[in-house]
Amino acid sequence: MSHAPVRRRRAALVALSLVVAALALASLGIGPVRLSPLEIATALFGAGDEITQIIVRDIRLPRTVLALAVGGILGVSGAALQGLLRNPLASPSLFGAPQAAALGAVLVIDAGAADVRSWLLPAAAIAMAFVSVFALLAVAGRNAGLLILILAGLAISSLAGALTALAMNLSSNPFASLEVAFWLLGSLEDRSVRHVALALPFIAAGAVVLMSRRSAFRVLSLGEEAAESLGVDVGRLRLLVIMGVALGVGGAVAVTGTIAFIGLVAPHLMRPLVGHDPGRLLGPSALAGAALLAAADIAVRLIPSATNIKVGVLTAIIGVPFFLYLIVRERRALGGGVA
Amino acid sequence: MSAAYIEATSLAVRLASRQVLREVTFTLPRGQFVALVGPNGAGKTTLLRALSRLIASEGTVRIDGTPLAALDVRERARRFAYLPQGHVVHWPLPARDIVALGRYPHGAVDPARLPDKDAAVVVRAMAAADVAMFAERPVTELSGGERGRVALARVLAVEAPVILADEPTAALDPRYQIEVMTVLRRVADAGTLVVVVTHDLGLAARFADHVLVLDGGRLVAQGPPEAALSDAILADVFRVRAYRAEHGGARVIVPWLELP
Repeated sequence: MSHAPVRRRRAALVALSLVVAALALASLGIGPVRLSPLEIATALFGAGDEITQIIVRDIRLPRTVLALAVGGILGVSGAALQGLLRNPLASPSLFGAPQAAALGAVLVIDAGAADVRSWLLPAAAIAMAFVSVFALLAVAGRNAGLLILILAGLAISSLAGALTALAMNLSSNPFASLEVAFWLLGSLEDRSVRHVALALPFIAAGAVVLMSRRSAFRVLSLGEEAAESLGVDVGRLRLLVIMGVALGVGGAVAVTGTIAFIGLVAPHLMRPLVGHDPGRLLGPSALAGAALLAAADIAVRLIPSATNIKVGVLTAIIGVPFFLYLIVRERRALGGGVA
Repeated sequence: MSAAYIEATSLAVRLASRQVLREVTFTLPRGQFVALVGPNGAGKTTLLRALSRLIASEGTVRIDGTPLAALDVRERARRFAYLPQGHVVHWPLPARDIVALGRYPHGAVDPARLPDKDAAVVVRAMAAADVAMFAERPVTELSGGERGRVALARVLAVEAPVILADEPTAALDPRYQIEVMTVLRRVADAGTLVVVVTHDLGLAARFADHVLVLDGGRLVAQGPPEAALSDAILADVFRVRAYRAEHGGARVIVPWLELP
């Protein structure tokens, strides 16, 4: 019956996958030493020039894999939160999840409890991300409107930011503070295979949890009460989404610092292509998020500047105006009585 | 009267320290069209929610002899199709996909990949609610009345033995009010137990076999329309006097005068 949309959606997914693959290839090729796709392929399979192999496999591959995985989980998290709350302005960063995760990581670093590659780092980041999203949903209550969610998110991310500042303020080592401050900006630079190994299991776990609930998001389109009557345990669903987002975002932030707005933008880019069905938005949003972050990470390497621009700074600079545009659009929708 | 299908015994609900329902006891057989009436705040919606266990309640509800508490969410969802007020849809999904969500309790979770059996049910439900022509249109673009009928089709698609509908005719024009009640009447005649909350005593009197009257959280009357909507009860519960007539063998009740 609805075969045309299905076919269109499949075409969009194939095209998007090709874009992601092309960006991954570009990400492996771009840097102080430019490499051709052939050189990259040779190096990936462990052949050819030894230096090229080191550049591709030890330096650029972890960076590329992290860009795809982190971008992907941010996209899925945004789509899942939007589905859960039935609200196109929901996203991890507007709810303070990355900021809270960063706070968790900073506390661990500050306490000197761990170097930057310890399991403690993602564990603390995940715990704080969980606390922040849980607190947000508890404060906002059931069926919360746009305004309450955004305000509660603002409050929680401000609190996380303030506590992070306090931790840095009180730190006995100013150089460590400076390092933390730069790390907070969000970057994929100089990440190793060990970083990938640290983040990937959590990101994968978060993605599995969120993806497994996708048909429940579709039922939630009818509101919580109708969804309950159709057999969706909404309380349990909320908890699972909070867990999934916390695992994914916490794991990501622990190795990259805060990278914001991918989760907000990715689902929006996908709706015109694959439709509004919240149950069908998670996979495409993952691809879009991966493409966005990989593209941003390529851009920071191409933009000529004295010091490296952090990719988190770039996503925020692009993401915030997009957020403003969404507010204007939603305002019109609300004013038009469609609410 | 055939055997009881739903048995509610001493139902009571407290919401935020307010006793919303107390000591509500009744039995309903299959194939009946039941109107649940009462003034605003009488507890009608709460009773529907308690019946389908969307909220916790004291007392017991048995469906076909089985206590509700013994059913898991899926089993419960297959037995009670619930139509909430307002017919909210949060995303611009095609009407057909909304109706297909009625198959969710049966395990058909993806509207794009419905098994043939479920797809046939969806087509039937859309035809019954007269919304087949909207199949591919986003529901958010439909009028309030059209959305109401799509919501009805979604509930029919569950093919549950019990339908609980909370003001299904609100926001509909007179023609579709009659149409929706007629559809539900037909479903009841085919063996489904239909419980409809309504403020329209005229529709209740005309379509229902059985009327439950709630007031202040208590069940103050139950029985066939002529008994449950008697002058004494209308005066007592609704503070109105009704104009009564008969038309083509059917009861006509129109609330006419407010009583002091």
